[in-house]
Amino acid sequence: MKIHEYQAKVLFRNYQVPVPNGDMASTAPQALEVAEKVGYPCVIKAQVHAGGRGKAGGIKLARHRSDAEKYIGEVLGMTLITRQTGPQGKLVRKLLIEQGLNISRELYLAIIIDREKELPVIVASAQGGMEIEEVARENPQAIHKQHVHPVTGLSDCHIRNLAFKLGLNKIQRKNFTQLLRNLYKLFIDSDMSLVEINPLIVTAADEVMALDAKINFDDNALFRHPDIAAWRDLDEEEPLEVEASKYELNYIRLDGQIGCMVNGAGLAMATMDIIKYYGGEPANFLDVGGGTSAERVKEAFKILLADQKVRAVLVNIFGGIVRTDLVANGIVLALTGMAVKIPIIIRLVGTNEKEGLRILRDSQLDFIIESELTDAVRRAVELAKGD
Amino acid sequence: MSILVDKKTRVVIQGFTGREGTFHASQMIAYGTHVVGGVTPGKGGQTHLGMPVFNTVEDAVKDVGADTSIIFVPAQFAADAIVEAALAGIGLIICISEGIPVLDMLKVRNFIRTTASRLIGPNCPGIISPGKCKVGIMPSRIHHQGHVGIISRSGTLTYLAVNQITSQGLGQSTCIGIGGDPIIGTTFVDALQMFKHDRQTKAVVMIGEIGGSLEEQAAEYIGKEYAKPVLAFIAGQTAPPGRRMGHAGAIIAGGKGTAFEKMEILRKNGVCVVENPAEIGPITKKMLA
Repeated sequence: MKIHEYQAKVLFRNYQVPVPNGDMASTAPQALEVAEKVGYPCVIKAQVHAGGRGKAGGIKLARHRSDAEKYIGEVLGMTLITRQTGPQGKLVRKLLIEQGLNISRELYLAIIIDREKELPVIVASAQGGMEIEEVARENPQAIHKQHVHPVTGLSDCHIRNLAFKLGLNKIQRKNFTQLLRNLYKLFIDSDMSLVEINPLIVTAADEVMALDAKINFDDNALFRHPDIAAWRDLDEEEPLEVEASKYELNYIRLDGQIGCMVNGAGLAMATMDIIKYYGGEPANFLDVGGGTSAERVKEAFKILLADQKVRAVLVNIFGGIVRTDLVANGIVLALTGMAVKIPIIIRLVGTNEKEGLRILRDSQLDFIIESELTDAVRRAVELAKGD
Repeated sequence: MSILVDKKTRVVIQGFTGREGTFHASQMIAYGTHVVGGVTPGKGGQTHLGMPVFNTVEDAVKDVGADTSIIFVPAQFAADAIVEAALAGIGLIICISEGIPVLDMLKVRNFIRTTASRLIGPNCPGIISPGKCKVGIMPSRIHHQGHVGIISRSGTLTYLAVNQITSQGLGQSTCIGIGGDPIIGTTFVDALQMFKHDRQTKAVVMIGEIGGSLEEQAAEYIGKEYAKPVLAFIAGQTAPPGRRMGHAGAIIAGGKGTAFEKMEILRKNGVCVVENPAEIGPITKKMLA
């Protein structure tokens, strides 16, 4: 789960990770009030779940009140299109207004999970402000890493190693040590999978502060953080994905024309791959899961058909644990009484397959049933293209 | 031969009396797996499916000589269940549970390294050596004893591969689901090493997916020292970056872990990579001919 920058900074403040003075506002008068309180210059920042806000015009520096009025009006309510939002962009519903600071250096600091080493790793670089992938590509020796073993936890040596490599002076090292200790504790305490501060700034007064904050939480651990889970912002998510999550369906919307319903994440991905292999484009990833019931299949179908781009639906079920007769029942239940105008191609193999296929045939509904996956996919691709 | 599990394997079920545990335990017993009992704390002394129930894994090891465990407990208790099995001296721990927090798994994984136990999974379908022993949740009837070893990060996709191999008139030595989580106990390289020394295994099929670098490590290992033919399929060629594709581990992060990269490096190291999973069966047959 992702959260907004202003929410991340609330967590930072709670853990004494220094951040600039500021506050969130969702209306223009509120925003101006905050600006007046923090003083000028101040920075007006669009709050959306996407990077690249600065280049897209979502971050503005206001030197005085009239600047602030102008920029608040511009940014609040704009549709921000960044490299991460897609062409449709994201509506800016909230702003973060913060004091402008006298920056002497911009650094980079992150904590992530290193899957290969199976340890959390702290990543730091003196080249803040840039994208870390770019630094990694062009100047890999500028990236410094410290892996933290669960037995030792974060130790002072980890911090020292980074502080010296970043070229911090004595006062800055002291401030950096405090910040990193608190940040690491926050990372572990709240089950983050990523925290990235870019830039981490050193001010002219040698303070070290998080100017930006990007946090991802481990979805599997949200059950022990109800306060964080409550921060989920449904406005930032694709509406069909929100709908799917209500039924615990694993659904991701894509740009193609062939709606897919598959059991199992691996098979769902592979089905998308085969569609592409035969020249089609999948409209979504959808794993109906292992404990598939008729009710869930029904909801899944509703979501697929609600996507206006979808020109054909491909159902690919390999019944191992899942009984295909239950899936067939769900399909019939979903489509009875629904005026479906697009072709539905079904491949149903595995446990109780004969019964499943009989249910589909007896329903008098208009399905195309294929027994080979390749044939099913080719048919779907063909039908999604032709008019 | 086969690897990891065979007719001598003595299985204890953790989370025995729950719905999942009950269903799959009875399936395993029906398959002929030597299930020796189960563990449900607080229900020790009872009998379930005609088998003894124990309060702790330690009791199951002591009383009925369990050497392998399979875990069905809910995700929030699964890390603890793995640690319990390892402390009780279980040699092979198979964790089916999905949704364990990654920080819990980091601790468990680094702890397991200090023990003699091997962990498979979590978030996996388990292991089967057809005709001998099934310690997992896979549909047994699609399997057939034979010479192809299968290693996979995905459940249903493994069933697809197994089905194809069986329908080509071939069979499997052992199928291992290593799991779809970012942190897992047994990797492709670990499983490849075991298959290398198994005389029953004549070829290996590996089913990878986007995210992480286990496939890249496997490619390098195969390039250096592997005499048996290996076929690979990588799921997620069309997956968008930054999105978690169902499995917690299936995510392209920071431009890394794409299917394309994985397929490239596997090919470079002499692995036969198929782009269409429908080719797994026919091409495996050709490799063995």
